[in-house]
Amino acid sequence: MKARVHITLKTGVLDPQGKAIAHALGNLGFAGVGDVRQGKFIEIDLAETDRDKARDAVTAMCEKLLANTVIENYTVELGE
Amino acid sequence: MKASVIVFPGSNCDRDVQVALTDSMGRPPEMVWHGDSELPAADLIVLPGGFSYGDYLRSGAMAANSPVMREVVDRAQKGVPVLGICNGFQTLTETGLLPGVLMRNANLKFVCKDVTVRVETSQTVFTCGYEAGQTVRIPIAHHDGNYYADDDLLDRLEGEGRVAFRYTDPEGAETEAANPNGSARNIAGVFNESKTVLGLMPHPERLADPALGGSDGKALFDGLVEALG
Repeated sequence: MKARVHITLKTGVLDPQGKAIAHALGNLGFAGVGDVRQGKFIEIDLAETDRDKARDAVTAMCEKLLANTVIENYTVELGE
Repeated sequence: MKASVIVFPGSNCDRDVQVALTDSMGRPPEMVWHGDSELPAADLIVLPGGFSYGDYLRSGAMAANSPVMREVVDRAQKGVPVLGICNGFQTLTETGLLPGVLMRNANLKFVCKDVTVRVETSQTVFTCGYEAGQTVRIPIAHHDGNYYADDDLLDRLEGEGRVAFRYTDPEGAETEAANPNGSARNIAGVFNESKTVLGLMPHPERLADPALGGSDGKALFDGLVEALG
């Protein structure tokens, strides 16, 4: 089973990289770009076939390593 | 005094800190490889600067989960002083031994220069070689040194006297221009609750000998030797 993890900065945490991207998009002539927030996308192949167990395992991975929950939120999506 | 320096793949200030410690202690520290799960008895553990594990995922995130760190966290919780410099500071925040996070520098650039920092307290094993309020010149060299914590936590750290160093101008004023990386409240270093764990972004080991162009960093190592015997 594939798990897809999105990691984003929490609301209120400044994102200088997102700001720079927004600025660059404006310079390239893309009008109407407001706030840009950047994050990480991680894809994990799992041997687990039970969806609940897989979700628990990936959540534990996020808490322990993949995300720094002081500044980041994460979402876990399970594929087929 | 016995000291151990933890060496991770990608550490690059381990030798500098080894030289500075040897100079102050009169004998060399133990160099401990990250894969070792046994840590020799030590009065001080140092996590050196560098780019452990290539800064993959987040600076310090991989190092914080390496085998030797379990023992380091255990010792720190028992009160053994732990000093984290630059990447060592990032690693200590990732283990949760120190509060907050070091984010990408506000200007998104790697900053490498001498800065002025003000010593906020002399009442710790790490800073007893300085006077409170004293300004010192110490180099920084990092991409992720932008200290972040929410306002409640920052208030608490200040209230508990847990800010160790702040970026200031040479006169000791906390100005925006003197803040090299966007750190909240110009914070350059923080302590844990018991002030036995210190993390700081500046590199005292890089200006610990007049031959290097300055020796303001030496008082930190001399102070540790005096405090820890």
